[in-house]
Amino acid sequence: MIEFPLGSEMFGIWNWADAAIRIVIVVLVMTIVAMYLIYGERKIVARFQQRLGPTRTGPAGLLQSFADAVKLISKEDIRPDGADRWVFEFAPYATFIPVFMTLCVLPFAADWGVRNLPLGMFFVFAVLGLNIVGVMMAGLGSGNKFALIGGVRAAAQMISYEIPLVLSLLSVSMIAGTLDLNEFAAKQGDYPFVILQPLAFIIFVTAMLSELHRAPFDIPVAESEIVGGYFVEYSGIRWSMFMLTEYAALWSFSVFGGIVFLGGWNFPMGNEWGWGWQLALTFIKSALFIFFIFWVRSTVPRLRIDQLMTFCWKILLPLSLVQVVANGFILVYDGPYWLLSLTSGVGAILLIAIIINRAFRRRTATTSLVGAYRGAQVSAQ
Amino acid sequence: MSIWPTERTLTADEATFDTVDMTINIGPQHPATHGVFRMVLTVDGELVVDCEPYIGYLHRGLEKLTETADYRQAMGWWDRTDYLAGMCCEWAYCLAVEKLSGIQVPERAEYIRVIMAELSRINSHFMFLGAFGADVGSFGTSFVYGWRERERIYDLFEEVAGDRMFPTYFKIGGVTMDLPENFESRCRWLLDSIRQGLEDLDGLLTGNEIFVERCRNLSPLTKDRAIALGITGPILRATGLPWDVRRAEPYGIYSRLDFEIPVGRQGDVFDRYFVRLAEMYQSVRIIEQCLKEMPKGGLVCATDLPKTLRIESGECYIRTEGTKGEYGVYAMAKGGNKPYRMKLRSPSFCNLSALREMVVGNYVADAIIILGSLDIVLGEVDK
Repeated sequence: MIEFPLGSEMFGIWNWADAAIRIVIVVLVMTIVAMYLIYGERKIVARFQQRLGPTRTGPAGLLQSFADAVKLISKEDIRPDGADRWVFEFAPYATFIPVFMTLCVLPFAADWGVRNLPLGMFFVFAVLGLNIVGVMMAGLGSGNKFALIGGVRAAAQMISYEIPLVLSLLSVSMIAGTLDLNEFAAKQGDYPFVILQPLAFIIFVTAMLSELHRAPFDIPVAESEIVGGYFVEYSGIRWSMFMLTEYAALWSFSVFGGIVFLGGWNFPMGNEWGWGWQLALTFIKSALFIFFIFWVRSTVPRLRIDQLMTFCWKILLPLSLVQVVANGFILVYDGPYWLLSLTSGVGAILLIAIIINRAFRRRTATTSLVGAYRGAQVSAQ
Repeated sequence: MSIWPTERTLTADEATFDTVDMTINIGPQHPATHGVFRMVLTVDGELVVDCEPYIGYLHRGLEKLTETADYRQAMGWWDRTDYLAGMCCEWAYCLAVEKLSGIQVPERAEYIRVIMAELSRINSHFMFLGAFGADVGSFGTSFVYGWRERERIYDLFEEVAGDRMFPTYFKIGGVTMDLPENFESRCRWLLDSIRQGLEDLDGLLTGNEIFVERCRNLSPLTKDRAIALGITGPILRATGLPWDVRRAEPYGIYSRLDFEIPVGRQGDVFDRYFVRLAEMYQSVRIIEQCLKEMPKGGLVCATDLPKTLRIESGECYIRTEGTKGEYGVYAMAKGGNKPYRMKLRSPSFCNLSALREMVVGNYVADAIIILGSLDIVLGEVDK
């Protein structure tokens, strides 16, 4: 293993100082990354929309997020009259802290993270699940009906999608035989787990979009319906904390997904080429996820809440459950690994087939429209 | 204001378990209302139980203002009714005054009027496609796609008329000035660009499973019900009735032009969207024919216009196919240089009256896109 200056013993002399330094690192790294994700999203989505995005602040608009931060910090922190004071004011912290805490267990290179917990994957779920408390607090405490609806929608969505998310990760961790994220990456030296579990990967990405309140599952923050949802009443620094949280969660999930499914710092050639390459791998893989999320966001519309629930409970949940059972049988009876790929691949093809079949059925329904459109003729009156 | 209901003594039943319908106030400042429209939704969870629309935030007294001004001065107020397609509205007003006064419009001006009105229609429908995509939730991509073509149409308007949104280009007896020299080539380029923009939006929205899933079978409307509610325009045609004033009672030179009327089958939100999309292709077709058949030179305005237009007496009702439906103008003259009465039958207003019926029983998210599918323009609703 490569020794790197931030190993777990470096600040071991004074535990409190150690903890304080690690907290500062977490907060700083997360904040800066989140700021540049905001910049990145604005640039990338702008390209999708044939715009330029920020260009004026700094070279190519690179300082835009800092300018925004300065503006947000100097803005008045408004608390509405009807708001529940303490619930309203503490809600941003209740979402902010759990998301930032997930960074603690993510290994960016071999054995190199803020802390390496043996139950790292469990920690990530447990802590990210707390996030919803803050969202509910904001929804209930704002004294605003849009916020209330947003908070309730977020809770319903979170509870539903947590299940397929956890089940999909469970099926992968059954193969890895561990919940330690560092070991997870270490076991993917030859091939990433996405090859063994494509279905789990698809379910994970879908559920991740939902957990992050990203399109097409951005129902809790639906801009055109409830105008931002639970954070509609926030302004200034508290609003920016919600914003930071959103992007920090995006990054956490992307790094996490990269480690679990795409081989993290290990695949390909992570062990051979040293920690620089390992870090690069982590960032490339998280960037892939992030770009995918931005891409989806700028192209697809939003689902309705009942369609969202149907998709979760009737399609994702049964498939992920079946996958866990199939993995169990194969692993208990020492089946070959290609059998895992086969069962999961069949499931993935099934899922995609369901979606494409629906889409094509709809497509033929649309062409039944009588009209002077694409060659179809209508008799003029 | 508290979100909780005011305290009251509970009955025995309520004390055990009670749910209270909540009212949500959407508008007047809300991204989904496309202007200053307000609707108060009573919701039971996510389901809309009742809907109460409030209008009048943009009322400018158009009809009364028109009565106070000279026939020619009033033009500027009329393109501010349906401000997405100003020239369609100007045309209706011109038609009413011309019919009262018996002024003849030169041939070339008729063609120019059709071209401009159809470009305005495309412009307005692009706005609909973009905004509707945003209502359904596509984060502004459809909006910007629509905006790109609108920008190019507006550029052409600026070159032709000197202004983008409110050109006041039509005038009684014709149009204010002739087309610029390079108009035909520019317009053909613009039509290609519009076709491309339509393809893009079609691929982005119609090709999207989520979009279709959201819009299909949502608030279907029957033919009879639509007629009973006084609905006109693309929403009526979406129910399957090929009623288009340009065909039914041709005005201008529409009787000479060859185009088709797209109709839907079940009048749901998707059909409303799709009919508008198909209609834009027809508008492009109309403009191409006009460019081909238009006299290359000649007058663009009647020459025998009096210095001050005075109309002795008379009344008329002019109906035109506005972008949202039947845009009707009732005009009455009793001498002098001002109309005695000018009444606007605005399609958005009549279509909006069906909102409650369509919205009740659907989800909140659907209420937003149903409102979007009505494609109201508040300048026209509130006059």
